[in-house]
Amino acid sequence: MLLDSLISTAADSDGPSLVKGFSRRAFLQVGVAAGGGLLLSLSLPAANGEAEAADPVRFSPNAFIRIDGDGRVVLTMPYVEMGQGTYTAIPMLIAEELEVELKQVQLEHAPPDEKLYGNPLLAGVQATGNSNAVRASWQPLRQAGAIARTMLLSAAAKRWNVDPASCRAQSGEVLHAPTGRKLGYGELAADAAQLPVPDKVDLKGPADFKLIGTLAKRLDTPAKVNGTAVYGIDVRPVGVKIATLAQSPVFGGRLKSADDTAAKAVKGVRQIVRLDDAVAVVADHMGAAKKGLAALVIEWDDGPHAKLSTEDIASELEQATLNPGAVAQNIGDSDKAMASAATRVEATYQVPFLAHATMEPMNCTAHVRKDGCEIWIGTQVMARVQAAAAKTAGLPLDKVVVHNHLIGGGFGRRLETDGVVRAVQIAQHVDGPVKVVWTREEDIQHDMYRPTFFDRMSAGLDAKGMPVAWNHRFAGSSVIARWLPPGFNKGLDPDTTEGAIDLVYALPNMRVEYLRVEPPGIPTAFWRSVGPSHNVFVTESFIDELAAAAKQDPVAYRRALLDKAPRAKAVLDLAAEKAGWGQPLPQGAGRGVSLQFAFATYMAQVAEVEVSKDGAVRVRRVVCAVDCGTVVNPDTVQAQIQGGIIFGITAALHGEITLKDGRVEQSNFDTYQVLRIDEAPAIDVHIVESAEPPGGMGETGTSAIVPAIANAIFAATGKRLRRMPVDNSALKQPA
Amino acid sequence: MAITIKVNGVDLTVDVDGDTPLLWVLRDVLGMTGTKFGCGMALCGACTVHVDGVATRSCITTVDSIGTSEITTIEAIGATAAGAKIQKAWLDREVVQCGYCQSGQIMSASALLASNPHPTDSDIDDAMSGNICRCGTYVRIREAIKQAAQADGQGG
Repeated sequence: MLLDSLISTAADSDGPSLVKGFSRRAFLQVGVAAGGGLLLSLSLPAANGEAEAADPVRFSPNAFIRIDGDGRVVLTMPYVEMGQGTYTAIPMLIAEELEVELKQVQLEHAPPDEKLYGNPLLAGVQATGNSNAVRASWQPLRQAGAIARTMLLSAAAKRWNVDPASCRAQSGEVLHAPTGRKLGYGELAADAAQLPVPDKVDLKGPADFKLIGTLAKRLDTPAKVNGTAVYGIDVRPVGVKIATLAQSPVFGGRLKSADDTAAKAVKGVRQIVRLDDAVAVVADHMGAAKKGLAALVIEWDDGPHAKLSTEDIASELEQATLNPGAVAQNIGDSDKAMASAATRVEATYQVPFLAHATMEPMNCTAHVRKDGCEIWIGTQVMARVQAAAAKTAGLPLDKVVVHNHLIGGGFGRRLETDGVVRAVQIAQHVDGPVKVVWTREEDIQHDMYRPTFFDRMSAGLDAKGMPVAWNHRFAGSSVIARWLPPGFNKGLDPDTTEGAIDLVYALPNMRVEYLRVEPPGIPTAFWRSVGPSHNVFVTESFIDELAAAAKQDPVAYRRALLDKAPRAKAVLDLAAEKAGWGQPLPQGAGRGVSLQFAFATYMAQVAEVEVSKDGAVRVRRVVCAVDCGTVVNPDTVQAQIQGGIIFGITAALHGEITLKDGRVEQSNFDTYQVLRIDEAPAIDVHIVESAEPPGGMGETGTSAIVPAIANAIFAATGKRLRRMPVDNSALKQPA
Repeated sequence: MAITIKVNGVDLTVDVDGDTPLLWVLRDVLGMTGTKFGCGMALCGACTVHVDGVATRSCITTVDSIGTSEITTIEAIGATAAGAKIQKAWLDREVVQCGYCQSGQIMSASALLASNPHPTDSDIDDAMSGNICRCGTYVRIREAIKQAAQADGQGG
């Protein structure tokens, strides 16, 4: 709608580079906003240059800046807040260059609009994920702020008939120092809208930052401590009914029959909706819906996967790795180097399926009418939600209205639209709006899971124990192949292999192969720390094994391979120093280290664990050193690392989804345990100062902690755990 | 059946089965959505409210078991001394991430502080280990409870 109101005096700044390192085409338009103010809109093909073009999982930013006549600065953004602090960090970028106080910036959710907010290189995916919002916004949003500020300044200078150089911008005003005159941005907005867009603006250097790098308070939190924040699950459109559902317990099964006699007798139950592979109870409230669901007598046709078990899948993956895969990385000649190696080390690793278990269970509210459909949800993928609803309801895209809300945990789960399809399917049978809320059991048993993988590793060491050959072959699901098919090429995608092909170490001969093997019927999806969640566990465990084989200290061994990676070496040194690496620990305790480069961020972690005689593992302390380039909000960086580490400890100690007879065996937080406060370690985060562009923060802590724990367990017990989660029985000491 | 319960000082009458969990009465019947659904089995603490000041999982508390007890929810906890201190500490320490579990965390922490003005780490573990946070804000929850307790000690 804002675009409709644009009076296009479009300037295509396809000229000289505006900013060093920012050379992509930038389409910038300027016009008068509905309220008579200045409107700048951005549509940028890519933020980080050519490298991004080759990488289809990076998402491109798009944004509006609107300055209203009343001085309000409104930023419409496609990124959604799910706890990662993006609603604070993104405004910081623009406010910095625009010279406004953070509190003067307001945010509006972007509507679903792939043309406007989608990445053209991705055929238009409007998504928040892969820890890239700040990375993607770093140049374009600061630049957008600078352009707006420059134009406002010009407008003021023109009005006063003075040299723009004698004016400066500050806290939402333009000042003319020699005369002391000042004008607010709101007063200048209409004039500024008539000016040409400058094709060159200067961005501040780090020394001039007023906001970036400060401990800015989160903007989204006050409503989250008093119960007024509205998540998708909290919406209450007039007349809304509440539904809950049972989906076929076996993936791919069908509903055979549902006897609803008893269910219909439950007070408050309004309707039973039968779908091909699910049944829903619609009621006045969730209590009645759940009671009604429990009263249904359901028969399922389990379908082709009725006998599927996790063991079958693991065995298929293991078999697959006996054959060559698509070559994801090939440096030097690892076969030749292996043949002449003094020592050879081999190992296999496994990681399980994992559920997201977001605290806000899956839910979606839908109102389907003949001529349109309305959706209320918290989603990471606005436009995909609209498309999924339109397709399911058989409506044109423009007849579907999507309202987005706060997200009670994303972690990748809300990059999917299966819950939207379900809600619309049910709503098609219901007169009026219906909120479909999944029980926790449905949420866990019908998640789309972090894939399980099987990895075969081998390395050749020279006489001094240093690696001369590195081979890594692994099999498992490609999420990209389903989620973004054009991103899967020649048997490879950039996500599944991240953390396996781009190691920080100097490895002269290296070969990485991937085999795509999809588990039958089991849907897989992105999960916090995506590809590295699996690969970093494997590679950082294996490098530890090489250090042990070489009888060398794990930190010293890694360090010797880092001469060409100064940023990696610096975080490793800092983590080791702060953790007191090498200092004595009590019996049964041990330290383990990990080092990774992922999401454009360098990170080293040292985990300190204790293993009891009965095999129980406790993570006592985690020390993390991070170089994520320029830090936008250091407190958010700390928070994301703390949270990411807790998320990863959950995976390492507890996380596993298993199948028996085609059914997921876990169902709630008793059988799918997540870390609690009494298990949470002390976490020290040390940030390396850097002027490099920002790296991602939302996920990096998660992948790095898992191998640090496994390596610490090895240090404490001498036992190498090559399969996650930790098997406590394997650590139990004989009586 | 018509049941009257007292929520945040107000008597409210609802017409639901007596075995309906309080959680759904609050959220779906009364429209007080600050109290969250997480598990339905008292495993996660997202639904925590106070019943006569005691932290209680509303997802397994049937509405007919309340009687004349007074229910306090996140919407009104700021009116209590402990609740206000906890909310302030939560903001000062930037505890919150996605925020979905934080209503329950704040209700558990407020009940702890009201009954134990100077909790030890072990007291905090005991009172808070029933509340899951998937974003992993535990380190800051611990700090914030300690800050709120200090504010208590200073009479603030």
